[in-house]
Amino acid sequence: MNQEQFICAHEQQWLIMEVLLDPVLLKDMKEETRSDLSWFKQWRKKRKDKKKIIITPYQKKIRALKLESILNADFPELYREMCHHLSLAQARRYSPYLIEHLSSLVDRAHQVFYRQSHIHSESAFAALIFFFTHQFPQTVRSESRWVWLSSAVFYLPLIFMIVLVQFWPEFVYSVMSPDQVMGMESMYDPQADHIGRERGSDSDSKMFGFYILNNTGIGFRTFATGLMFGVGSLMTLLFNGLHIGAVAGHLTQIGYGSTFWPFVSGHSAMELTAIALSGAAGLKLGFSILIPGRKSRYQSLLDAAKISVKIMAGAAVMFFIAAFIEAFWSSSQTIASNVKYAVGIAMWLLVFSYFTFSGQEKNQSIKHKAHKKELEK
Amino acid sequence: MLDTVKTAETPEGVELKLTCVSFYARGVAWLLDILIQGFIIILFLFILPRLGDFGLGLLYIGMFFLNWLYPVFFEVYFQGQTPGKKAMKIQVLLIDGTMVTWGASLLRNLLRTVDFLPFFYALGVMTMLMSRDFRRLGDLVANTVVVYKRELKDNLFLDEKILDAQAQTYAPEIVLSAKEQQTIISYAERQNKLSPERAEELALLATPLLNDLPVKSKQSLDDRVNHSEFPASDRLLGIANYLMGRR
Repeated sequence: MNQEQFICAHEQQWLIMEVLLDPVLLKDMKEETRSDLSWFKQWRKKRKDKKKIIITPYQKKIRALKLESILNADFPELYREMCHHLSLAQARRYSPYLIEHLSSLVDRAHQVFYRQSHIHSESAFAALIFFFTHQFPQTVRSESRWVWLSSAVFYLPLIFMIVLVQFWPEFVYSVMSPDQVMGMESMYDPQADHIGRERGSDSDSKMFGFYILNNTGIGFRTFATGLMFGVGSLMTLLFNGLHIGAVAGHLTQIGYGSTFWPFVSGHSAMELTAIALSGAAGLKLGFSILIPGRKSRYQSLLDAAKISVKIMAGAAVMFFIAAFIEAFWSSSQTIASNVKYAVGIAMWLLVFSYFTFSGQEKNQSIKHKAHKKELEK
Repeated sequence: MLDTVKTAETPEGVELKLTCVSFYARGVAWLLDILIQGFIIILFLFILPRLGDFGLGLLYIGMFFLNWLYPVFFEVYFQGQTPGKKAMKIQVLLIDGTMVTWGASLLRNLLRTVDFLPFFYALGVMTMLMSRDFRRLGDLVANTVVVYKRELKDNLFLDEKILDAQAQTYAPEIVLSAKEQQTIISYAERQNKLSPERAEELALLATPLLNDLPVKSKQSLDDRVNHSEFPASDRLLGIANYLMGRR
């Protein structure tokens, strides 16, 4: 079979493929065949036609296709045929132009055919919901050893520092400069006119933006620097633990606890957990290179990265929530301390129960059954 | 040239050719993106502070998204192309030649932080030079690769003049290998950028294809040029036409 015969025999299929790969073109062709177009669409079509003065022979060929043949086309079948044609064309040394044309079509079809989509849902929004009801808590549970390690590196120095500063107040200066300490003191001074971070509600939205930019950025960096064999994550966790512990310990020690603790209680659950999770994701990344197990180091890293990025994405959203609470709830001066403590405890319980119960097997089986029922119908 | 081409095999046994992009083109794309991001931030700086603290909050949030999620958004929703990459005609793909996913894109862009270390992407450039496919650390971890976006050269969009003037097509009398065919087509594409005399001179090199043309001495070439005749390049264009499927 020479090239000309080859093209003659299969060109129809290639043209159909071309239309299938181009949703705009497909829509156009569907519209063209319909006679019951509204006046607006007709007007638009006329304008479109005017624009298309240059119609190449190739476009003409596409326009000449019958709509039924396109609608009846079986994409996977067509794709496999095209792969076959490409291999033939290559083996028979047909002209480079033809091979280029075919391989570009196959390339595009391959993109569509093997697109990694979400199995459980069709839309991006449903995928997002599924991520937070199932995937994220499940991943955190299955990677709990990294979460515990990261929590230990973060919370132990924090608690240690709080206790240490109660007995030796001067230790606060080992992690903070005197200026920083002064700043902290003035912010939470119960005697001051503007207690805590007192400000108008306008300022709240400013701080919301600032917390997102700053805290989430820190979380992302904690995660990314974990790639350096976990060192970056460890250092960030340790330093943040010491720093937060020093602030909390110092303010309690000088008697500002009555303003400090109500302020932080509301968002502490979300923010501290988010920091620990970013650290956990970073540690998993770094230690996958150090302790690859039975895989090659690179393969181990690839597998770990896929999982840890999920944890990081979830943690980022937790940072957003924490920023919201910190800006609009924690800063409020009119709410009694006891209410704030209660909300703080409730948030901790919420976070714990979310990671313990969300996305457990039971829920899945219900969903599975519902899915089965739908299939049976 | 060959070593920048990476092949990804599909389950159907077809090999996809991915041409990896070196750090020059990627650098320019990155610079363009930075300029766009900077421009938007400057725009924000002019407008948003007028809205008071609320505007400042929006500014901070805008900065966060521009800084961290701008590339992710474009890579996921615009075929792996940020505006800068689009200008350079390059795109991000997974290593198997499929579209980049949310997870992979987020990963490679968050790890920019590490690539940037210790200063101005030093680590990233170093890994790019050491890895086979010019992949920075983020690419290695996310298993992505930056490639030139494939653009089909339609023979119908070639120079109209060639198409009209050389309507005749010749079937080559000997079987040509793929490489030889490609050479002739490249010649046809570039022919109008050469002077006719130089084009003729080059065409004369393809002696086996010109067997029935009486082209021998330099003298006869000069004669013909004086009469504005270029038989050898005409013949080669005819063959190119044949190879490109115009017949």
